[in-house]
Amino acid sequence: MESSFGSDFGSDFSSGGGGSGKLDPGLIMEQVKVQIAVANAQELLQRMTDKCFRKCIGKPGGSLDNSEQKCIAMCMDRYMDSWNTVSRAYNSRLQRERANM
Amino acid sequence: RSRCGGGKGNRDGTGEEMDSSSAAGLSGADPQLQRFIEVETQKQRFQQLVHQMTELCWEKCMDKPGPKLDSRAETCFVNCVERFIDTSQFILNRLEQTQKSKSAFSESLSD
Repeated sequence: MESSFGSDFGSDFSSGGGGSGKLDPGLIMEQVKVQIAVANAQELLQRMTDKCFRKCIGKPGGSLDNSEQKCIAMCMDRYMDSWNTVSRAYNSRLQRERANM
Repeated sequence: RSRCGGGKGNRDGTGEEMDSSSAAGLSGADPQLQRFIEVETQKQRFQQLVHQMTELCWEKCMDKPGPKLDSRAETCFVNCVERFIDTSQFILNRLEQTQKSKSAFSESLSD
């Protein structure tokens, strides 16, 4: 995924309305959605890395040994499982709250 | 339901104040964009809380990452989410009560 969102955004503004100065909302919305998705993925990765480093790396050695790598791999999957569980639980709670309003 | 006269209060304990698109200074803009911003802001609020709760609950519920999420850990995560929301609501409610009973509360905050 390219990281040149800034320049893409700029060039699309000018080509959007053929010089009339009007911005295409559909295009903006799609770009914003992509940026949001990227930001969320980055956030997830950052927190996952933090947690799995804490769980799996003891005293840092000269490289990641086999057991550390296995641990990190498992940790990643468990973190995703946890994230999904939390997401489902939160969603259920929100629906319950709305039903009670 | 609104707190500051214009908010969309909700009972999930996250407490919004003003409309997100007016917060962005777009009150007179394209209604389609306005709607989009409201929806996406709401979605992001949800995402952020999931990130936050996953992080918190991981500390409480996960010992050593195994080959799968066992049912005890899964239950812990679910309980953790519920109790977190309960905590959030409790805090908001008690704060509201404190402000009602002690009118001097807001004055002491500004000191």
